[in-house]
Amino acid sequence: MNGGFWRSAGLIALRDLRVELRSGEALTVVFPFAVVASWIAPLATNASPLLLRDLAAPVYWLITLLFGMMIVLRQTALETRAQRRALALTGLDPAARFAGRAGASGLVLAAVAGTLIVPVIIFYDYRPPSGGALMAPVIILASAGLAMLGTLAGDVTIGLRARTSLAPLLMAPLAVPLLMGAAQSLESLVAGKSIITWVLVLVIADLGLAAAGVMSARALEEISL
Amino acid sequence: MHPVKGCACRGPTRFSGSAAIPIHSKRVSRPPSIRPSSSSPPLVDLVDLSVSLGGSPVLSNCRLTLRPGESLGVAGPNGAGKSTLLGVVATFIAPTGGSGTVLGAPLAGPRIPAVRAGIGWSGHLPALYPDLTLGENLALSARLTGHPASRGQLVLEQVGLGGAAGIRAERCSNGMLRRADLARLLIGSPRLVLLDEPDAGLDRDAAPIIDHLIATTTRRDGAVLCVSHDAAKLSGWVDRVVEMRDGRIT
Repeated sequence: MNGGFWRSAGLIALRDLRVELRSGEALTVVFPFAVVASWIAPLATNASPLLLRDLAAPVYWLITLLFGMMIVLRQTALETRAQRRALALTGLDPAARFAGRAGASGLVLAAVAGTLIVPVIIFYDYRPPSGGALMAPVIILASAGLAMLGTLAGDVTIGLRARTSLAPLLMAPLAVPLLMGAAQSLESLVAGKSIITWVLVLVIADLGLAAAGVMSARALEEISL
Repeated sequence: MHPVKGCACRGPTRFSGSAAIPIHSKRVSRPPSIRPSSSSPPLVDLVDLSVSLGGSPVLSNCRLTLRPGESLGVAGPNGAGKSTLLGVVATFIAPTGGSGTVLGAPLAGPRIPAVRAGIGWSGHLPALYPDLTLGENLALSARLTGHPASRGQLVLEQVGLGGAAGIRAERCSNGMLRRADLARLLIGSPRLVLLDEPDAGLDRDAAPIIDHLIATTTRRDGAVLCVSHDAAKLSGWVDRVVEMRDGRIT
């Protein structure tokens, strides 16, 4: 991976971020509904504050996964065959395309996930632990993993009739290690325990997804043309 | 300066009609020195090539050779297999029978990704991103192919869209999108240019853009393959025209 690779990845990421910014879908559609979804559990269960606090981390990550899937899968769903073909003929390394797309999705997802903490604090009476700053790398690692997984799932299902239902179904079970790592990291932070084990789980999952994405990029591009 | 005809954008948007490509100009004829030579290795060479899609044969035993400096038209009715043929030559569709090379690389072989940057292709639908402006779309193509972003603006001016660079693609008329898509092919210097019904959606004033693209490509020893349902139009653009029917080149 030379400078040209990262330059190309950066151009693709910039394109996707620009498209996202112009459409405003993550900010004006996905985020408000994610906030409403986070409100449903305390509203429906009328649970005790203690129980809500216990539920806060898993519910937060579940909502991040469900609504994050919309953000991540949207980009591949919007791309037309003509656009993919024209991109391939620029000589763009498909692995750079994967890195750029996942990078842009990961940034948007991390921003949404980071902001979603606010309603969780309000609705679940969640008290961020004293080492709350450590939540940032956990959110970034989990968002990067979900973005890579979504980009892969989107590319694998390109051209399939059942793609709108198949891509999330493919993504959800494979996201389990990421969700476990992220939710358990936050739980450990609250309990004042070390989070290193769960952060390692996230790092290993991210590295595995990055390797899978880079190695499968060429083959998936050929299928998508 | 004249207003954009049929532009879907709001407001009195104007763009420069004084394109670098002379409007109403006669077709540029190539000097004899760059006429296709039978000794040059072909840029496209298809031998008994067949393609089946979903179990149905779309192309059967197609033979086609395209040498440097040559432009070829393939005419035929809808469903004849013209776009599939173009897809094969563009390396998008792998053949299911026969063999062939494009820019020296065997089709569906490992060298194909390396030669893709030498191919320029304009399909039925413009390959532009609707949320980006025309300028951003062309700048992206320019930068991805190793050119400065300003090259995008330059080619937009060449196709008469210099003043429309700031308009989002989703707000442009079909004709503007087609012009911008053809401008994409002017960014680099592809050795092989593939055009699928290039004049679809274009007004008569835009016809010289196609002429210019074909002439500049063949002049630098490239080749052009153009498909259309209209043989008469094709014969005005390219050196020779072959007909295609039921997946066969006749």
